[in-house]
Amino acid sequence: MNQKRVLGVRNLSVRYQTQAGAVHAVSDVSFDVFENEVFGIAGESGCGKSTLIRALMRLHADNATVTADEISYEEQDLQGLSDAAFREQVLWSRMSLVPQSAMNSLNPVYRVGDQVVEAIQAHSRKSKAEAQERVAELFDVVGLQADLMHNYPHEFSGGMRQRAMIAMSLALDPGLIIMDEPTTGLDVLVQERILRRIREIREQISSSIILITHDIAVIAEMSNRIAIMYGGQIMEQAPAIDLFEAPHHPYTLGLKNAFPSIRNLGQELISIPGSPPTLLGELTHCPFQERCPFRIDRCRTTLPEVTALADQHEVRCFRHPEAPTLREQATEKATWRSLN
Amino acid sequence: MALLELKDVSRHFDVKAGLFGRVVQGKPDRKIKAVESVNFTLAEDEVLGIAGESGCGKSTTCLMIAGLLQPSSGDILYEGRALSQFSASDRQWYRSQVQMIFQDPYESLNPRFRVFDTVAEGPRALKMWPEPEIARRVEEMLQSVGLPPAKYAERYPHELSGGERQRVGIASALVMEPRMVVADEPLSMLDVSIRAGILDLLKDLARQRHFSCIYVSHDLSILGHIADRLMIMYLGQAMEIGPAHEVIRHPKHPYTRALIHAVPVPDPRTRRPVPNISGDLSRPIDPPPGCRFAPRCPYADASCRETFLPLERHSAVSHQAACHRLEALDL
Amino acid sequence: MAAAEHAPFRNLRRGLQEHYRIITSNRLSATGFGFIVVFVIVALFAPWLAPHDPWEMLYDSEGNFASLRPPSWEFPVGTTHLGYDLFSQLILATRTTLLIGAISGGISIVIGANIGLIAGYYGGKIDEALMRFTDILYGMPFLPFIIVLISLFGRQLEFVILAIVLIIWRTSARVIRAQTISIKQRQFIAAARARGCSDFRIIYRHILPNVLPLLLLYAAFNIAWSIITEASASFLGFGDGETISWGGMLYELWLSGKTRVAWWWFTAPSLCIVLLVTSLVFVSRAYEEVANPRLRKR
Repeated sequence: MNQKRVLGVRNLSVRYQTQAGAVHAVSDVSFDVFENEVFGIAGESGCGKSTLIRALMRLHADNATVTADEISYEEQDLQGLSDAAFREQVLWSRMSLVPQSAMNSLNPVYRVGDQVVEAIQAHSRKSKAEAQERVAELFDVVGLQADLMHNYPHEFSGGMRQRAMIAMSLALDPGLIIMDEPTTGLDVLVQERILRRIREIREQISSSIILITHDIAVIAEMSNRIAIMYGGQIMEQAPAIDLFEAPHHPYTLGLKNAFPSIRNLGQELISIPGSPPTLLGELTHCPFQERCPFRIDRCRTTLPEVTALADQHEVRCFRHPEAPTLREQATEKATWRSLN
Repeated sequence: MALLELKDVSRHFDVKAGLFGRVVQGKPDRKIKAVESVNFTLAEDEVLGIAGESGCGKSTTCLMIAGLLQPSSGDILYEGRALSQFSASDRQWYRSQVQMIFQDPYESLNPRFRVFDTVAEGPRALKMWPEPEIARRVEEMLQSVGLPPAKYAERYPHELSGGERQRVGIASALVMEPRMVVADEPLSMLDVSIRAGILDLLKDLARQRHFSCIYVSHDLSILGHIADRLMIMYLGQAMEIGPAHEVIRHPKHPYTRALIHAVPVPDPRTRRPVPNISGDLSRPIDPPPGCRFAPRCPYADASCRETFLPLERHSAVSHQAACHRLEALDL
Repeated sequence: MAAAEHAPFRNLRRGLQEHYRIITSNRLSATGFGFIVVFVIVALFAPWLAPHDPWEMLYDSEGNFASLRPPSWEFPVGTTHLGYDLFSQLILATRTTLLIGAISGGISIVIGANIGLIAGYYGGKIDEALMRFTDILYGMPFLPFIIVLISLFGRQLEFVILAIVLIIWRTSARVIRAQTISIKQRQFIAAARARGCSDFRIIYRHILPNVLPLLLLYAAFNIAWSIITEASASFLGFGDGETISWGGMLYELWLSGKTRVAWWWFTAPSLCIVLLVTSLVFVSRAYEEVANPRLRKR
């Protein structure tokens, strides 16, 4: 692969100091995002996916400590930048964020267009007229009529507001757009339309996208490569097709079993027993071992390292060489029931 | 005889224009037609799925069936008797016959009630059994939803995970020994990995305890896995009803087809067709006569805009769609 | 089933433990609670604790009339111009003051809570009627009201309490109503209704425990406010002349015209009022943190 790397992250960890002790929300996460790709990060609530992007965008809470061996944008180090310099040079112009429940992030007392104009002017030297022209362009890109600029947020539907937020994130032609659950809470048809629009935008402009969601189906359809997070770690990452056709991590196998598909109505759904870990204290073992039917003694005492399998396929599991056998066993309900 | 039957059930809400709007701007009061002429039956031990987008009237329908909201017109028949004709004691009896499982496991449990008291509350309120009998049944119920009472009975909701809370919700509905359960999006707030477990639990319990279920969701993939029959609603009107797999695999109504095409598939190789639909979802405020989907339907003609063809209650065909243009379309 | 039989006692014990935990959760409220306990003990055993009859003209050990004595070993808080022992007065007055505080604070919170719960739960016309009635009471100035009441019925403890209750329930009613409205809309109330709970059961079994921290907060406020109000009323001469209270002691001081001389006579009851009211406010702050979690330290 000789693709150009847009974002490089090596061994990023985020820990929170709370009354109950240190919470290791994200541990040793490494990934790259290449030019012109959609990189999907999937995981359930509390897996650390939102904490990870907040740390990348420097939006983490005061009681959080972020450490990393590398965070770079187009091979330029970002960690050395002060917060002010990061806001000035990176935010919006190189990396932008469509936050979670973005449709509620618009200020109800200002016109939607003016809010985008304001964002543009805050980060560039464009005049008001130029900025407005840009907003009209952006609205066109996301499929909103340009005259809607003069409307207030309450006159927009949820889907329209979400598109306006995406328009705002595109304003300064960033090389990387991070979208946190961009369609959660929207109706199916609206979600479909927004996802289609995001795909079209990606084809039109040469930005890369990090898409974060808990919805396995959305991530399967949208992403070129996918990372599966659990307990603050990336358990497995691979090109989308490899991940779905040759999953190696027991958690990925479990998720596949648990997620219903409208194309496969006869399929028996199997849940993963137990519930996610609390992440309190240092990780000394695999965070998934409590719920894993394939655990061995070593899983309880040692933290598995990342192993590179094939081209861009990495997994954090001691038993990855046995993956074909495990894959077969994982489709049996009894395998997962054996834990109880 | 069907356990439950809805006959031309409608529910309208009045939206009063504000004083300023009324007096100064001369705005009339408006009507939200949340549910319009809905007909269907529910057989014993059957799971009926109701699907639709926001504002389609699925939650309003649930509340009417649970007896928490009166229909504006039409009748809901339970074992052939109209709810509206029920005496006070009948109503109390009906309360134990029909139970609801709610969407949000974080909101539907009283934070000051322990698990045991939450589950015991229904039988206690209706004085269904003496206290020792209630205790016995509650403990048995907790056991059967996978919450061993020794470990869980004394806990408060904040000491439970989302999945455990939803199990408490299910236990407190089923301890009343209902013959019908109305579940309003019971999985939508839960993590993917535990959804299937709750779904299995509901299926198993329905088989063991013989209750019918109305399962409401916007998620067609889940409905395809739990429902025997499926009804699709749009802005208060029922668009299509039929055996669940039949409706999903061979949808008849243009709206159902668009809806099914819009559902993402967890397989990166799949390419879905683009849903054939235009415009945005509106709200059922002062809707024009005719099919509510007509403004967005690529096949609509004049007849669609003038009259709506509700689903029939007792139809010879099990799979029917509320559409004038079925023959012409042959979807 | 053993668990079911002992449930009421177990719940009571757990409830008390929870309150103990709330009160002792911070140092201020624990200290306040300690003072309140001391005051309550003093009030309970007042007749045995007081060294003298509060209205006995005293003579010192040398046989001199003990008029306007500053604090000393013999008279720890000093004496009045008529030679009454202020320490004994203070102890007996604690009883009256606490009684007035507890009764009027208690009654007012019961009335306020019920009106708030009922108005908030039912809404509509009932809410409208109850809240307009509350508004009318809001328009009523306290002093003219108590003056009219006392001049109509006489200076008796019952009427002082009645006057205080009638005035202070209004604030708690409003606050409880607002809280009830917000709890009523939560899904667990709909769930309770779906299970077949009656309105009465929903109000008192499902909503009440959820407004309880707020209720206790306002109970503490109401008691503190009753004590201050009683003191002001007594100071202005509208207290019960037969019983002795801290405010009444200040009134006597005013009548005697010795305000500028007898600093001890002024200081002792004032300190008691401030100490008790502050203690109540500190305890209520602990409940405020429960009622309003945003105040909690992270």
